[in-house]
Amino acid sequence: MTTVASTGTPAAASPKPATPAGEVATRKKRVRPARVVLYVFLTTIAFGWLAPILLLFYASLRPYQDTQLHGYFSLPSSLSFKYYSRAWNQGDMAHSFLNSFYIAVPAVFITLFLASFLAFALTRVKIPFRKTLLILFTAGNLLPPQMMVTPLYSLYIKISMPSFVSDSLSLYDSYLGVSLIHIAFQTGFCVFVLYNYMLTIPIELTEASIMDGASVWRQYWQVILPVARPALGALATLEFTWMYNDFLWALVLMQTGDKYPVTSSLNNLRGTFFVDFNLLAAGAVIVALPTLIVFFALQRQFISGLTLGAAKG
Amino acid sequence: MVAPPVPTVEATAPRTAPVRRGRRRRLTARDILVLSVVVGVTVVLDLALIWGTSVVSVLLSFTNYDGISPIKWVGIKNYHDILTINPEFGTAVRNNLLWLVFLGLIATPFGIFLAVLLDRQLRFSRFYQSALYLPVALSLAVIGFLTQLILSQDQGVVNAILGRTHGNGIDFLGDSRLNIWMVLLFAGWRHVGYIMILYLAGLKSVDPALKEAAVIDGANPVQTFLRVVFPAMRPINVIVLVITVIESLRAFDIVYAINTGRNGLQLLSVLVVDNIIGEASRIGYGSAIAVMLMLVTLGFVITYLVNILREDSR
Repeated sequence: MTTVASTGTPAAASPKPATPAGEVATRKKRVRPARVVLYVFLTTIAFGWLAPILLLFYASLRPYQDTQLHGYFSLPSSLSFKYYSRAWNQGDMAHSFLNSFYIAVPAVFITLFLASFLAFALTRVKIPFRKTLLILFTAGNLLPPQMMVTPLYSLYIKISMPSFVSDSLSLYDSYLGVSLIHIAFQTGFCVFVLYNYMLTIPIELTEASIMDGASVWRQYWQVILPVARPALGALATLEFTWMYNDFLWALVLMQTGDKYPVTSSLNNLRGTFFVDFNLLAAGAVIVALPTLIVFFALQRQFISGLTLGAAKG
Repeated sequence: MVAPPVPTVEATAPRTAPVRRGRRRRLTARDILVLSVVVGVTVVLDLALIWGTSVVSVLLSFTNYDGISPIKWVGIKNYHDILTINPEFGTAVRNNLLWLVFLGLIATPFGIFLAVLLDRQLRFSRFYQSALYLPVALSLAVIGFLTQLILSQDQGVVNAILGRTHGNGIDFLGDSRLNIWMVLLFAGWRHVGYIMILYLAGLKSVDPALKEAAVIDGANPVQTFLRVVFPAMRPINVIVLVITVIESLRAFDIVYAINTGRNGLQLLSVLVVDNIIGEASRIGYGSAIAVMLMLVTLGFVITYLVNILREDSR
């Protein structure tokens, strides 16, 4: 609790323009030390959080014999990136990367579209059964996914597909099947999150557009979606991460190893008799890269505070 | 020093009933078409793949289904067996509860706290956010490997720092009294970043005028947060609370990556997977555990659903 008080102080200082001139003068003196405490605190935490990942990276640059002999907390005898090319080739990663993208990229877009439209309809339009729908999605998201495995498998085998959609001629063992369960499951979560976010968006926004005679689609697409950008950015990041990292559904709903996502290629890096952990570390770093790229690409959306101006108007 | 609540805030804060207002335009035929198609598709998908399959599993939990031999109805035998003769079930329930308490009392509040600190003009803000978020981006295999790297008995970093390298290292992951706590640290490590990102996105949508008004009225930062920002963030607080419950009860990947959830690291989800997907293929039995897990989850969140009902009927 003490940290709350000490590091919380600078908040008073940040909206300087808003405070009357007299107040600013009296506050300014207290600001500096508190800011320093804040920066020191945040930097310590950030490096603490990064430490395990830095260790992972460090391990991936060292030869196995070196860490085997001296442990992971030691100075290196040599550093190189050669584990990365080995992991890339041995794990057949180029191929499995594509598999992951086939599954995750369309699924993320469709999930966010369906969920944001539903959340919009639930908060802004008087559609019937709002309560029921909200509960349907919220509670559906709480069901343990393992529960769906067996029936889903039987269901997918029975649903036939044309050959240009799935070469197995059924939903089973197809990218589409895996994407669909991701969409169905994650839409529940996103509806729940977006519904709550949209409650915080001022009603005046849509009311103005209704006065102008905007259609439901226009209210959704041109008024609500732009304002919901921070939430959508955060959700897109999380959803991509989850779908990309998921292994359960791919394992249960597909049988051709050739179609497995990139997370499974880490298994190819484990030898039968011994596991080279440093090679695995290099593979792990490669596998994690796309999720990090998505995060950095979308970060601006949810930290820029783009909505602030709009929400005020 | 206690500042009185800011009147302007009270007036603008409760905006949570948008559908109540009267000014409403009639829906055109095209509006209704768009609404029915998109909402319809989503509902059908959810009903078929999520609810349909779950209901089938509930039915299977009353049978001895193993995937091969004909299905036989066994009544509540599976449930009875789980509660009376499965020694792992008790450990799993205890671990899931520990998980809930740890995330709920430590990781979630810390994530919120960091989000509040980061919700201002700061240098290196993107660096801080990225550092905290990175653990969320890592997959199961990576986390499993990290636990080895840091905690393993003979090569682990922690034992090296403690100077216990030659055979006298602490067996953090193998000792069944110790390992669950180590796993919780890793779970919390991930959870904090997750909560921080969601909460930060929420804070960005809080009207800055609220905070300014509070500051003008002489509220200090802690008061501003507790009395103005936190209440205005009620919907986001609900999200964070529900997520914490879901994460705790659905926890799976970290323990699975370490030792497939054995030796003190049992969790309900692990028992379900072992029985349903494992070699034994005791689908009926595994489904019964899943049903119990579902009942507990729903029990925790029922308060939330009741809240929705109350709000909507206002």
